[in-house]
Amino acid sequence: MDEELLQEEDTQKDKYLTFTLGEELYGIDIRVVIEIIGILPITKVPEVPDYVRGIINLRGKIIPVIDMRLRFGREFRPYTDRTCVIVIEVKEVLLGLIIDGVSEVLSIPEGQTVAPPDLKSASNRYIRSIGKLPDTKVVLLLDWEKLFDVEEEKMLSGMNEERGSENGAV
Amino acid sequence: MAENEPMVEVFIYETRQFLEQLEQVALASEDNGSFQPEDVNEIFRAMHTIKGSAAMMLYDEISHLAHAVEDIFFYIRELHPEKIDVSAVTDIVLTAVDFMNGEMDKLDHGVQPDASSEELQKSTHEFLRNFKLENGHDPDVDLRKAKKAARKAAEPAEPAKQQYFIQAVKPEEVKTESGSNHVYKAVLRFDPEGGMVEVRAFGVINRLKDQAGELHYQPEKIIEDETAADAIIKDGFKLWFTTGLGAEEVRKLLEETMCLTGLELTELSSVAECEYWPTPKQKAVQTIEESSPIVPVRPEAKPRPVPMKQAGHDGHESQMISVRVDKLDRLMELVGEMVIAESMVTQNPDIRGLELSNFDKAARQLHKINGELQDRVMALRMVPLEATFKKMNRIVRDMTKKLGKQAKLVLVGEDTEVDKNVMEHIGDPLMHIIRNSIDHGIEMPEVRKEAGKPEQGTVVLSAQNAGGEVVIRIEDDGGGMNRDRIMKKAREKGLLTKPEEEYTDQEVYSFIFAPGFSTKEQVTEFSGRGVGMDVVVSNIKALGGNITVDSNPGKGSVTIIRIPLTLAIVEGMCIKVGGFGYTIPISSICRSFRPEEGEIFLDVSGQEMFMEEGSPCPIVRLHKLYDIGNAREQLTEGILLVTEADDRYLGIFADELVGVQQIVVKPVPGYIQAMTKMTGITGCTILGDGSISLIIAPGKLMGLLVE
Repeated sequence: MDEELLQEEDTQKDKYLTFTLGEELYGIDIRVVIEIIGILPITKVPEVPDYVRGIINLRGKIIPVIDMRLRFGREFRPYTDRTCVIVIEVKEVLLGLIIDGVSEVLSIPEGQTVAPPDLKSASNRYIRSIGKLPDTKVVLLLDWEKLFDVEEEKMLSGMNEERGSENGAV
Repeated sequence: MAENEPMVEVFIYETRQFLEQLEQVALASEDNGSFQPEDVNEIFRAMHTIKGSAAMMLYDEISHLAHAVEDIFFYIRELHPEKIDVSAVTDIVLTAVDFMNGEMDKLDHGVQPDASSEELQKSTHEFLRNFKLENGHDPDVDLRKAKKAARKAAEPAEPAKQQYFIQAVKPEEVKTESGSNHVYKAVLRFDPEGGMVEVRAFGVINRLKDQAGELHYQPEKIIEDETAADAIIKDGFKLWFTTGLGAEEVRKLLEETMCLTGLELTELSSVAECEYWPTPKQKAVQTIEESSPIVPVRPEAKPRPVPMKQAGHDGHESQMISVRVDKLDRLMELVGEMVIAESMVTQNPDIRGLELSNFDKAARQLHKINGELQDRVMALRMVPLEATFKKMNRIVRDMTKKLGKQAKLVLVGEDTEVDKNVMEHIGDPLMHIIRNSIDHGIEMPEVRKEAGKPEQGTVVLSAQNAGGEVVIRIEDDGGGMNRDRIMKKAREKGLLTKPEEEYTDQEVYSFIFAPGFSTKEQVTEFSGRGVGMDVVVSNIKALGGNITVDSNPGKGSVTIIRIPLTLAIVEGMCIKVGGFGYTIPISSICRSFRPEEGEIFLDVSGQEMFMEEGSPCPIVRLHKLYDIGNAREQLTEGILLVTEADDRYLGIFADELVGVQQIVVKPVPGYIQAMTKMTGITGCTILGDGSISLIIAPGKLMGLLVE
């Protein structure tokens, strides 16, 4: 049993689900990804930063969804057929990440990654490392644990509120 | 919680029940000032059973302690000592119960119960010795042996009725006829140094009974009979059985036994050669008599005087089953999902507006059955508060004893039922409040006497159903709370948010629920550390309830807890605001209406108001509160829901009513809860069309306005 688990861990090691946000390619550890779904009707929740779009009903489970574009301080882009939600689970908490589109699963060994530049930008905190691909492209690998860190969230939400939130109903 | 083996789980369950019963009986006896014969019997029997089953599970420390306590009651029962210190005996029983409860907790968490009960055993033995001496009895006579010997002489050779053997539930189905073709006789000898020979013998039987067709042995009553161990040591443990296994396999099986010093195994040609082989008829009789081996009936116990309140044991077993709570939870969830699925079908957009009389008829039928199913499943999870309430007796006893106060606990309405979840979380808060009542509320006997009150204080713990909630009151007739002291403390702690004279009594008293608040200068063992009351509040809040306190100086205080009956399914009114759905619990809605021009007026601060039952009632516009676009702005175009919470009215303005629906309350994801204050929102639910609706609690909205 343990061995099986280990093996499964092993086959998933260094594998990343890559997705696009605008021009950039991001990667998230495949081990935390539960599933990928199309955009579902979102119920707005009051009093949250604008990047928390609300909650969705995934087969009876209620999951908060975060718009990653807004999360990283980009322009809001209306959702289309290509918009996807990556459902991830960390420490038994489910979270949906709204992204522009998923691309593929890539294997990026640790040797091919470098630490992110030490800049003061808040969004940079969520990048654990940067993977280099053979065709000179780079993948920004998300630090998914930080996405769940509520303290971080609070700090960020303070910044977002200053910017003023837009409240277009979806 | 760690998963235990079924055997261990049964052991924990049964032992816990016995411990609870023991505690109640002991406390009741102490109150009466004497041990009634039936109480003695009951305690004796409970301890005895715990001893037996603990020994079987090889929890020797528990078993030995139970044995020591049992000895005391054996002595009381047999020789009816005249001088008996009821309180001291109760102390012994309660300490033993505490020890065992602690060990059960360990088992619950998957840890081996390894604490040593040696000290307790020693003090218990010591107590019995002194007890006997005081009453002029020889402390060194082993009562059991003496009694056995006397009885043996009186009635020689008891008939086979006392034989005992373990048998799977259905005697007819035993494999005897089919696969059991060998007949064996085995004599096992154990090393007496190894101790617990009777338990080893019992282990052998447990191992054999799966393999053997029919199995008989002597001595028959291994665990129950005190002389069995001696007999086994002297003559060996004799077994006769039929089995499909070959001689070698049987030998191997038996040799696994611990502390085995000798094994004689002989194969017999037929059962006729067995020296001891009861007929099937006898067997049937015994099976009925002995169908529950864990709860043995002692032959010397006199016939029980009308069944006491211990349903679930002895004979009633077939009427009760114990079910794991998570199974019930799953069932509840499923029923909830079915309720939603039902509305998904009956309110399906595909059939909206169609005339479908047959369909409607069938749908109504389905709805009725679903409703009933839901009620039944809810009822499954409802448990009376009795057990939790009774536990408080112990708190009161321990506290009064340690503090030198006198108080009695009066229980009212303990048969009120609440959801199992509620029950689990109400125990600790109640305990804290009662401790506080006795520690801070009830005065010392002298003080009470001077104040013209009876020396013994009274704490009344009552429960009653009121609408969809249960109201629990804890009332004491102590000194009440000191308003000035609380105010002073609140000032010191910087809790005041408005001028002092504006505080009502109730508000002042509510300060005791603030974290770290305690006016008691002296910290006692039980309370006064200032942790507790805020924990109480958060526990109650977690249950969706609220807690208030009031006090009458010199007369006492009362704490009132209101909690919802169940946390799972409620009826809700679905409303729409700018395309978003919200739900308000039906129980808090008084009426709804479309306001006319002129009915609405503004107060000085610009708050919109209308008149409800002769008093002004504020209006909350949901679209403003939640910042929703596209909503109706004109009050005269939308709808006003008049809601009531905490005896106050609040108008909630929405676009339109959608309809009443059964909703399954789900918590808002923790991720979101942590980020916001969740203005007025208590949870969310999934509607018939699969969309999510947020549940609004008018009480919380009101809180926003008042602040």
